[in-house]
Formats: sequence, structure tokens, C-alpha cells
Amino acid sequence: MLWEVFIRPRRGLSHTHVGSLHAPDAEMALRNARDVYTRRQEGVSIWVIPASAISASSPDEKDSFFDPAADKVYRHPTFYEVPEGAAHI
Amino acid sequence: MYGSDFPLLDEVDSAERELHEAAGRSVERGTDLQRYFDDVIAADQKIEPRDWMPDAYRKTLIRQIAQHAHSEIIGMQPEGNWITRAPSLKRKAILLAKVQDEAGHGLYLYAAAETLGIHRDELVELLLNGRQKYSSIFNYPTLTWADMGAIGWLVDGAAIVNQVPLCRCSYGPYARAMIRICKEESFHQRQGYEILHILAHGTPGQRELAQDAVNRWWYPSLAMFGPPDTESTHSEQSMAWKIKRFSNDELRQRFVDMCVQQASVLTLEIPDPDLRWNDERGHYDYTQPDYGELMRVIKGDGPCNRQRMAHRRAAHDDGTWVREAAAAHAKRKAAA
Amino acid sequence: MSNVLAYGDDALVTAQRLAQWTSRAHDLEEDIALTNIALDQLGAARMLLTYAGEADGRTEDDLAYLREDREFRNCLLVELPNGDFAFTIAKLLFLAAYQHPLYDALRDGEDERLAAIAGKTVKESAYHLDHAAQWTVRLGDGTEESHRRMQNAVDELYPYTHELFELAPSLRGTWDSTVDAVLAEATLTRPADGWKPTGGRQGVHTEHLSYLIAELQVLHRAHPGAQW
Repeated sequence: MLWEVFIRPRRGLSHTHVGSLHAPDAEMALRNARDVYTRRQEGVSIWVIPASAISASSPDEKDSFFDPAADKVYRHPTFYEVPEGAAHI
Repeated sequence: MYGSDFPLLDEVDSAERELHEAAGRSVERGTDLQRYFDDVIAADQKIEPRDWMPDAYRKTLIRQIAQHAHSEIIGMQPEGNWITRAPSLKRKAILLAKVQDEAGHGLYLYAAAETLGIHRDELVELLLNGRQKYSSIFNYPTLTWADMGAIGWLVDGAAIVNQVPLCRCSYGPYARAMIRICKEESFHQRQGYEILHILAHGTPGQRELAQDAVNRWWYPSLAMFGPPDTESTHSEQSMAWKIKRFSNDELRQRFVDMCVQQASVLTLEIPDPDLRWNDERGHYDYTQPDYGELMRVIKGDGPCNRQRMAHRRAAHDDGTWVREAAAAHAKRKAAA
Repeated sequence: MSNVLAYGDDALVTAQRLAQWTSRAHDLEEDIALTNIALDQLGAARMLLTYAGEADGRTEDDLAYLREDREFRNCLLVELPNGDFAFTIAKLLFLAAYQHPLYDALRDGEDERLAAIAGKTVKESAYHLDHAAQWTVRLGDGTEESHRRMQNAVDELYPYTHELFELAPSLRGTWDSTVDAVLAEATLTRPADGWKPTGGRQGVHTEHLSYLIAELQVLHRAHPGAQW
């Protein structure tokens, strides 16, 4: 079976997709992921998910699925002018 | 010997930075899929697994990535040949780790190929039935311990020259796998170089081993870059799709230029009496490898082709009962 | 102190056998896993042999490459050939079920140097035991063929396990319960106690060791005094 592997490299960071591997079941997949993707101590936490269990959005749907976010510029920090003298913001 | 700088790692880092920078740029998306595909590539952005892509692009990538993966796996054999006889425990550990890295690299590459809609099993089958190839260099035998040094210095060196540009390849999963691989690979070349350096400065017997190994591996390493540009068939389209970033001859020249200085530090000779600096070109002139031999080796008549394939086939076949057992167990557990 | 040499030789010979699986495993993932274990065992061997050699000024390489066959103190179990994957896994299960509690005990022992070494190796050993257990279960409770191969392996290797407790009789109980639990889950049985081959700790080995040592040492011996 094909599994996708996600690793949290250090505390404070999110899990990141690092690649995939083959394993007969979840227990072996976790162990394989440790051997393959953390040989150089690259991870704190490992998630493995059967590739078939992942639902993905289609690039053709991109316009309607994602573009609404592009309209709402007030979500972006650069939209705002920071008053002079205000620190840490 | 090497100094503390890692020039190739710098190139990999800059490829990685560019990947992130390009991701920030947006490409206008109309309704024309081919046009969008072309624009993404022109902007040095990445094509990702679920994107529309020309069928030929997909097929070329599958072939290139898979053959790269096969090379890593077959490459484990010539180097694995000296693990049990490594002359010190430190060298045994380093060689074990190196060969293990190669298995890992093969795995990353098969994973990248699978994102294009093919299964690893199919790729293994294509290798075993000879329809997909692997790097011809691994069809040569490793006759002495010094071959471990020569392979690390020359073969890994040539592989790095080939591979670093692939960190900028247009297909996302391949580019990312290459960045990962190249970061690990630079130490491989160093350990080979170190082996040769120690041998070249060791006993007369060791020095002889080192020079003999260089003599045998030099021309096959040059041939790793493929036939001369004038005879290379697939290159133009691969260049346009940014799968291939530099020509065979450009990469081969880059490799020669790097090796000359490295050889002098080793105090070993490159077996080419016509090797000399050309001021006009700003490069070293050198003797080409025998491309006839390259073609014969690619076709299957190298010293070790049959042995490498038999070994791979045996490993695969002998393991069938294990794979079947694991699958049976998993199925039973899932049903329970 | 002679025990340190025995522990080191167990690890060295195990590493040498596992290294023979490179490029031969049933899939890449397992190739990588077995090599990891080989590297761990080699690392343990290097630390232990370095320590053992200090008493008379010999290095890890002096001990690995310049001793004669009769001077090796590994148990017989580890020098046996790899056989098929089931045989290798059964060997690893039996060995790791011994090494893990051994290193655990040494970690709290009086010998500080050994305790420091064991502190590192015990964590790796837990992984080796887990790996072997996972595969024992999958092969024992897999297909008819894998069950047959795994049971054969257990039957053939079990006699060699008694020797493990010559130096550490107190570990027998832990070993029994660990191994029994894994075999039970794997639908495998343990043969009755019968033949108990021994001699490794006194340098009286099977005929297999001499070939293993010859291969390990040949290049080093061909260039006396050379650096690598």
C-alpha cells in the first residue's frame, strides 16, 4: 500500500508532507517512515495516511474554491498601515 | 582538503530558495490548459501532481525519474560489494550508511514517479524486463577497496553535476526529491575523495590500488553524461520543459574542470595524456570517452549487466512470499 | 571484562550478517530498516570493542581484524548464516530479546563506562526487538508458506538460545515472557528444550564463523600497518 508521510520536524512547527512510502499496514508504515525520513533525526512526530484516504481539490476548481480569499485583502497584514511608534505590531 | 565551503550545497540551497520565491509569483490562469502549463514553466514555477500536463511531458518524466530511481537501487550492488570486507570498522559504518542512503534516494524517486499515476510495482517490472534502464556506470565491477574511493569521487561527483540542476526541474515532486537527495549526496563524494586521499598518501601498495581504480573509473564516469550533444535525441524537448537544464557536453565539461584540480590534491593522475588547460575556451581540453563502448554497455553487454539484473530479479522474486505474507496479515487484521 | 568482549563480538558478528542483506531485501523499506539495525549493532560493537581493547592497548580494529577465530567470544546464534528472511527475523528476535534486558541491566551496573554505552544501546535495542516482533507476527500469522518458514526458523534456532544465558542467567525470565508473547501472537510454538549447543564464549564456534572472519579481515590483513 502507498502511504503519504507527514513529519513535524521540531516542536512548534506543523506537520509537513515529506513524501510517500510503501508498507503493508499502519504500524509498519510508521516504522518505515522513521527509518526512511528521519535517518538524520529530522522529525519529532510522524503521521502516515493511506494515499487513497486523501481527498484533494482539483486544480480546475481553483477559481471558485480559492479565489474568494484573494478578494478579501483585509485578511493580509500588509493592508493595514501601522501608526508610527507602535512596536511589536 | 575540501576546505569548509560546500559549493554544491550552496547551489542546492539557492535552488530551494528560488522554489519558494517563484511560488510567491502568480501566473494568470485562463481557460487554455496548455497555455497555463507553458506559462507556469516559463515563470520557473512548478507543475504539481494534479495539474493538467501534456501526455508526453508525463511520460518523459516517468521514464526519467524511474530510471534515476533504478540507478540508485542498482548502484547499491557495486558499492555493497565491499561492506563485509571494509578494512576498518569506521569505513564499514560509513559505507553501510552510504549504501543505505542510496536505497533511500531510490525510494524518494519512486515516490516522485508515483505521483504521475504509476505504481512502484509497474516500475520494478519495467526495470526487470529491460524496458527501462539505469545508469550504465553501474555495469562495471568494483574490483578493489580503492574502487569505493573512485566511485565516491568520480561517479558521485558526476551524479552531483547532473543532479544539482534537477533541483530546478519544472516538476514539483521531482525538484523537491532532488533537493533532498543532493543535500545528502555531497557527503558521499567527500567520503570517496577522503578514501582516495588516504590511499594515495599511504603505503606503495595502497597508492597503486588508488591509481588503478582511477584509471578504470575515469572514462566510464565521463560517459555518465551521455552521448555528445550532436547525438543526443531527447534533449531539446526536455530542455523546453525544464526537465533538463544543461546539455550533456556542458555538464561533462563542468565535471572535468572540477576534477583536474581535485586530482592534483590527491596526487593521482587522470589517465588522459591530452588533458590540458585551454586559455581561449577557459576550460580543460580532454579526450572523450569511447561512446561505442557506452552504447554497448547501455544495450546490455557491459561487464556486469547480466549480474546486476539477476541480483535484482532474485531479490525481488525471493521476497515475494514475504510481501504476500504481510499483505495477507494486513487484510486479516482489517477484516477483524 | 571478558564479558565486554563477548557483548562486542555479539554485536560485531550480528552487524556483519545483517550487512549481507543490503540490496537483497524484499523491498526498499526493509533494506533500509535492516541496514539501520546493522549500523546500530556496528556502533555498539565499536564502543564495546574500544572499551575491551583498552586493557592491553588494542584498538577496535585490532580486535576486529587481527584476532584469530578461536579468540572471538560471540554466541553461536549470531554467527549462523542469514538463511531466508524468516530465519533472519527469528535470529534477530531471539538476540534482541536478550540484548535489550542485558543493556537495561548494564545501564544500572557498577561499570560506569559500560553503563554509558548501555544507555545508548538500550534505546536502539528496543527498536530492534520491536522490528523483529512486528515481522515475526506478520510472517507467523501471514500465509501458510510464511508460517511454515517462520516455524522452521524458530525450531532450528531455539536450541542456540540457551547459550545466551550463560553470562546472564537472570535475564532468562524476561526473555521467556517476551519471546512467548510474540510467538503466541504469531501463532507459532516454541519447541521443547533439548539440544543446547554451546562454546562460543570459550571460542569454540560453529564452522560458519571462520568464513565470516576470513571475509571480514582479508583486506585489512593484506596491508599490515596501513591506515584507511
